[in-house]
Amino acid sequence: MRVSLFITCYNDTLFPETGKAVVRVLERLGHTVDFPAGQTCCGQMHWNTGYQEEALPLLRRFVEQFRHAEAVVSPSTSCIAMMKDHYPLMAERLKDEKLKAEVAALLPKVWEFSQFLTQKLGLEDVGAYYPHRVTYHASCHGLRSLHVGDGPMKLLRAVRGIDLVEIENLEQCCGFGGTFAIKNAEVSSAMLAEKVRGVLNTRAEAVTGCDNSCLMHIGGALHRERTGVRPVHIAEILASEEGG
Amino acid sequence: MGAEVVAEGAREEVLRRIRAAIGEGSLADAAEIRGEWQALPRNYKRTASLERAAILEMLEDRLRDYDASVVRVKAGEVGAEIARVLAGRGKRRMVAPKGLAEAIGESLPAGFEFVVDDGLTVAELDTFEGVVTASTVAIAETGTIVLQNVPGQGRRAPTLIPDYHLCVVRAEDVVETVPEAMARLAGTAQLATTFVSGPSATADIEMTRIKGVHGPRFLDVILTE
Amino acid sequence: MSGTALDPTTAPKFQVAAKALIGDSQLRKNVRHATKVIQTKRAKVVGEMPDWEDLRESGMQIRQHTMRHLDYYLEQFERNCRAAGGEVHWARNAEEARQIVVGIVQASGAEGKSPTEVIKIKSMTTEEIQLNKALEAAGIHAYETDLAELIIQLGHDQPSHIVVPALHKNRSQIREIFRREMKLPGVDFSNLGGTPQDLADAARRFLREKFLRVKTAVSGANFLIAETGGVCIVESEGNGRMCLTLPETLISVAGIDKVVPTFQDLEVMLQLLPRSATGERMNPYNSIWTGVDKVSPDGPRAFHVVLMDNARTEILADEEARQTLNCIRCGACQNACPVYQQTGGHAYGSVYAGPIGAILTPQLMEMHHAQSLPYASSLCGACYEVCPVKINIPEVLIHLRNKVVKQQSAGLKLLVNPEVMALKAVALVFRSEGVFRVSQKLGRLGELALSRKDGQGVGWIEWLPGMLGGWTRVRDLRVMPKQTFRQWFEQRGKDAPGRRAGDAVEKADGDGR
Repeated sequence: MRVSLFITCYNDTLFPETGKAVVRVLERLGHTVDFPAGQTCCGQMHWNTGYQEEALPLLRRFVEQFRHAEAVVSPSTSCIAMMKDHYPLMAERLKDEKLKAEVAALLPKVWEFSQFLTQKLGLEDVGAYYPHRVTYHASCHGLRSLHVGDGPMKLLRAVRGIDLVEIENLEQCCGFGGTFAIKNAEVSSAMLAEKVRGVLNTRAEAVTGCDNSCLMHIGGALHRERTGVRPVHIAEILASEEGG
Repeated sequence: MGAEVVAEGAREEVLRRIRAAIGEGSLADAAEIRGEWQALPRNYKRTASLERAAILEMLEDRLRDYDASVVRVKAGEVGAEIARVLAGRGKRRMVAPKGLAEAIGESLPAGFEFVVDDGLTVAELDTFEGVVTASTVAIAETGTIVLQNVPGQGRRAPTLIPDYHLCVVRAEDVVETVPEAMARLAGTAQLATTFVSGPSATADIEMTRIKGVHGPRFLDVILTE
Repeated sequence: MSGTALDPTTAPKFQVAAKALIGDSQLRKNVRHATKVIQTKRAKVVGEMPDWEDLRESGMQIRQHTMRHLDYYLEQFERNCRAAGGEVHWARNAEEARQIVVGIVQASGAEGKSPTEVIKIKSMTTEEIQLNKALEAAGIHAYETDLAELIIQLGHDQPSHIVVPALHKNRSQIREIFRREMKLPGVDFSNLGGTPQDLADAARRFLREKFLRVKTAVSGANFLIAETGGVCIVESEGNGRMCLTLPETLISVAGIDKVVPTFQDLEVMLQLLPRSATGERMNPYNSIWTGVDKVSPDGPRAFHVVLMDNARTEILADEEARQTLNCIRCGACQNACPVYQQTGGHAYGSVYAGPIGAILTPQLMEMHHAQSLPYASSLCGACYEVCPVKINIPEVLIHLRNKVVKQQSAGLKLLVNPEVMALKAVALVFRSEGVFRVSQKLGRLGELALSRKDGQGVGWIEWLPGMLGGWTRVRDLRVMPKQTFRQWFEQRGKDAPGRRAGDAVEKADGDGR
């Protein structure tokens, strides 16, 4: 299959390793990855913060870049949730019938990375090896908007060598919430403190998930407290191989 | 009572605002609205799925879950059971609605004082040790007993002020689900109706459930077959 | 908290109030405990209903249908309630509602003399309009009879939850309040015990005398039944039944959103509400009555309903926010909300706290009084998941944020609001891939001054200026890697022209992760 990668703005800039890992996994599974060069951002930050007019042009850009894709894959639950939850409404707002039809045709082909593996490809074991103690953080958008369910856990369980430990309060938000972490820093910090306690209680070496924004948030506190626990996107675990 | 305190023009103004807000929804006539209502999806459970015996067991179970006590008796044994339960509770002076004996199909037992409520004052009601009533419907799934202002059940105050309520429930009045109960009540929906699910309770302090605040603190149920 | 009502027109911003409350460890402990207990109970009784999602769907659709024909159903309710001997009053706003209630109470006394006391059932609507203050000003004392409301009233406190208003207080705090404030001739509350049972018993003694004596009662309403003109109130303690049954005059204040089409519709609401609100299969008491009972006298001889708008029609007019009116006030969203769990209800500056408060308050009040509330959420979606009538609270929050931004962007404010400027600038960046590339480079440069390398040679930022400093108070931020993903992908294409699927890929080059 020819997979078009939507890397997302923050993964592109801050977490290139995640994108590289996605490419490795998909190519290892025999698929071709292309990267439409004109892509930028899904518009989530603007839409969710109240700058909806500013987000609208980004919908057009996304459709222009990906309209011919066979499948679009992105290693970010929140960006995919943004598209699935809001793009139809945004197209409605733009009063552009052609765009509306294109969005309707394109969205079913858009996949969050772990769901692409488990649901589109029907895979659990992608041939990974990762000999570490790991806990999984369920990002809210993946959990409640995309309903990833235990898909990521199934992928992780199939990883050879992994010691997977479940975190307490798996479904509790880490307190990131985009601009929430800045606008309501105190509340966000209090939520984060609980999540970090949960991570530390697992005595894991690494905390993984399907969204680097949560992991950046949790990882920021883990680093500040010099815990030695590192955040790793699930794609990076799945890309790891024995002898690698 | 003549408290005609009306904000001048408020009714028309509020209705005007509503109609402006909902637009074409306000143009529909009663038949259209009725049709739309009838077409609303109701895919939830609306009929019983259990056998009769299991339904009665479920009611017992749920009532006990609320700390109510339940005894099952055959027809013809209700009067004797009322006597047994009241004696066990040490109760003697009870208030009873009009038509109670007819409702339970038996005469009330001797050895107790059953005072018929013919409009007793609040202060008078406060002097009784308890109340005995029949019931209209009971819902197994939620452990609920429904009382209405009919003979055998009476006004709401007598089942509220005394601290103890002994309620007779007929097995044929027991349904499994809330929708079945509402269907049975629909014909008498305008009567004063009280759903009782266990004794009064609160969890307002540290979410600790306390049995009995203002309503009767003790509820016993006689289930007759 | 002072005894003055929570009022969004004077309350501090959510962030400011939250900061102070987060420092109150006893309050946080109390809130955490209570929300956990209710959540667990709710999960259990919802879990035993295989048709829960069908009930939610029907609940939502019944509410939507009602709103679509609200004028019809209100008029139907009015007609039927009047036919049954009830009186129906309409109020455009809080002030009118207060005047109507005070007027009815004053006229309810014997021989034309105004009573000096009324008994009250817990009602969010009367809290919303600060009715007790208005009654007090007219020389009428309102006794709150719900245990939690009594705790709040005697403690000169404010409710912090829709269903369990005093969940922020623990037993020893409540005992102190009762010992200090409960006064009843011939009863000494000063050596009151400290168990919840002791405290509930004290409330029983304190209030029973009021129930048996006071002749006028004020309530809210859970549901107004258009088809019959009946009213339904759902409660636990029996204080509701006391107020609804024993007085001679009963006044029920209800928002115009409280109407349901038919008696049958209660079969949905009475399953959704108790399980969502208190985690019970059914709450101890539901009362349904219709007007005044003339044939077989039962309950008050005079019954009044006050139908109040108070900005509800404005919500109705906003199609993207209309679903707010579906709310049946169960409080499940508050218990599920990770933000509410940290701050409790007072931070929201309104009687409506938590997620539902964050969307309801800014719409009931003028938006500028409550601009911080739509942002008091991480948009985690836990509220939507538990809502029995499927209000998509995150979606409404986002919609309201857009309204806030429009207000802030209007006029000169744009030039002095750094957030507005920054987000608008970033939006321009994303509109062009070329500009995005340049800004990625500039961003890396801008970080240089702020970053420090750790032991593995990875740069981290431990301090950020201005509003961004909220991040670095407790978190570090990793600096941008030297190479973006797109640079790597392009470089790779150049290194291996003609690469096809299945070709070996070089190992991702580590940059310190």
